[in-house]
Amino acid sequence: MERIITTFVFWIGIGHAGTLISAILFLFRSPWRTAVYRATEAMTVFAVMTAGLFPIIHIGRQWLFYWLLPYPNQRYLWVNFKSPLMWDVFAVSTYLTVSTTFLVVGLVPDVAAVRDKVSGWRKKLYSAFSIGWTGSDNQWRHYSRGYLYLAALATPLVLSVHSVVSWDFAMGIVPGWHTTIFAPYFVAGAIYSGIGMVLTLLIPLRKVLHLEHMITEYHFESLAKVALLTGSILFYAYGMEYFVAWYSGVNTEQTTFYLRALGPMWWAGWTMIICNAFVSQLLWFKKVRTNIAALFVISIFINIGMWFERYVIIVSSLGNDFIPFAWGQLDPTWADWGILAGSFGWFLMYFLLFARTFPIVAIQEIKEMIPMPRRRVGGHH
Amino acid sequence: MAKIRSGVLGSFFHVDAATQAIEELRARGHEDLTVYSASPNHEIEGALAHKGSWVRLFTLIGGLTGCAAGFAMTIWMSDDWPLLLGGKPIASVPPYVVIAFELTILFGALATVAGILVLSLLKPTTGLMYDEKFTDDHVGIFVPCQPGAYGDIEELMKRAGSVEVRHAPA
Repeated sequence: MERIITTFVFWIGIGHAGTLISAILFLFRSPWRTAVYRATEAMTVFAVMTAGLFPIIHIGRQWLFYWLLPYPNQRYLWVNFKSPLMWDVFAVSTYLTVSTTFLVVGLVPDVAAVRDKVSGWRKKLYSAFSIGWTGSDNQWRHYSRGYLYLAALATPLVLSVHSVVSWDFAMGIVPGWHTTIFAPYFVAGAIYSGIGMVLTLLIPLRKVLHLEHMITEYHFESLAKVALLTGSILFYAYGMEYFVAWYSGVNTEQTTFYLRALGPMWWAGWTMIICNAFVSQLLWFKKVRTNIAALFVISIFINIGMWFERYVIIVSSLGNDFIPFAWGQLDPTWADWGILAGSFGWFLMYFLLFARTFPIVAIQEIKEMIPMPRRRVGGHH
Repeated sequence: MAKIRSGVLGSFFHVDAATQAIEELRARGHEDLTVYSASPNHEIEGALAHKGSWVRLFTLIGGLTGCAAGFAMTIWMSDDWPLLLGGKPIASVPPYVVIAFELTILFGALATVAGILVLSLLKPTTGLMYDEKFTDDHVGIFVPCQPGAYGDIEELMKRAGSVEVRHAPA
C-alpha cells in the first residue's frame, strides 16, 4: 500500500502552496498574491480533498474509517493520541476545514458581485451563496478583520500540517525516516510541489480564460522565485540527508542512502534529485523565470520529481530495512497506476468545475488595488 | 417583500464625493448611515469613524476554547482507559500539544466565521434601499429619514456630487 501513502503525501503537499499564497502572503501584503490566490486556494481545497481519499483507501475497510475518531464506543476504548497517525487525522481534517472556510469566506463578496450581474435561476443560486452580502460598511468592517484573523490562523496551520505528515515517518525508526530535519524538509517540499502544480494549472488556464492582462509575467516570475527558494532548501536537505547518514555511523542508514543512489531503485532516486534539486536551479536565470513555456516544462518536472520524492522516501526505506532477509522490491500493478491517474481526474474535475462556476480571480481584491476614481486630483492617498 | 424603510439613497462614482457627503450628513446628525462599496476603502471608513470590530473577541475565545478542549480531551481520554506503555506517563502532554494546537486553529477559525456572520451578515438588511451598481463600481449611501426630510438630503447629496439620488416611496 506504499503507493497509496505516496500519493496521499503528494496531494497534501500540493495543497500547501495555496495557503502559503492566500494566507502568508496576505499577512505580508505581497502585491502579486491578489491575481493568483483564488485559483491556488481552490487548488488547495481540492488537493486536500483528493489526499483525504488515500488514507481511507489505505485502511482497507473503508466503512470503518470512523474508528479513527475519538467517539464513545461499546468497548470504552479511546484512540491513541500519542500516535502521529492520530495527529494526522486532526491536522488534515483541520486543514481541510480551515482552507475550505477561507476559500468560501473569500468568495462571498465576489459571488455577490456575480449575483448582481446575472438573472433567472443563476441569480437565485448566487444569492444563496452570497448570504445577504451587500458590501455595506458594517459588513466590510467585520469581514475585513475576520479575514485577517483567518489568514493569521491559517499561517501556522500550513507549517504544522506537513510537519505532522513528516512525523508520520520521522517518529518511526525505519532507516531513511528517523531524522529531525523531516519537518522543515517536508514543508519546503510541499510548497515546492504546490508551486509546481499552480504553474501547471495557471499557465493553460489564463490562456483559455483570456486572463493574460491579470495574471502576468510578473506573477509567474514571483511564483518561480518561491519555487527557487523552496527547491534550494530541498537541495540542501537532500545533501544533508546523505551527510547525516554517513556521519551518524549507523550501518542501516548508510545502506539505505547507498541503495537510494546505486541500488535497484536508483532511477527513482535520481529522478527525485534531478527534477527537484537540479531543475529548480535553472530558476536563478531571469530568462528562464520570465519564459512561460520554460516554466510550464519545469512545473511538469516539479510534479514528477515531488511524486518520486515521496515514492523514494516511503518505498525504498520500507524495502530495505533492518533485516536483509525481508528486503524486497515493489512492483506497482496497473491498479496502482490507475488509482494515481484517477486522483488527477478527481482533482481536475473539481478544479475545472470551480473555474467554470466561480470567479477564478478575486474580483473584490483586484478592485481594492485599483484606486477609486476621484473628482478632485490629489487629496489624501 | 419586506416593507422598504423610508429614506434616501445616493449613488456616487467618485470616492471623495461620497466621503464629503458622509461627513456632511454626519455633521447634520445622521449617524445611522449605510454605505455600500465594492471593496473596503480607508477614506470611507475614516469618514464613518467606526470603532474596531468585535470579531477579534470571537477569534480569541474560539482559539482558547480549542486549546483547552484539545488538552482536556486527550488527558481525560488517556486517564479514562489507562494503558501503561514503557513506564511513560499515562497522560503525556508533549504529544498532545499537536492535538491542542490543531483544535486551537480549528475552533479559532470557525469562531471567526461565526463572528462575521453574527456581527454583520445575519443582521437584517431587508428594507434598506440597495442598487446592483454597488457591487460593481459605485459607492452608495442610504440615509434613513422621514419623507419630510427627503428634499434636504437629496439636495445635500447632489451638491456633494452624487450621480443618482432616489428615495423610498413616501
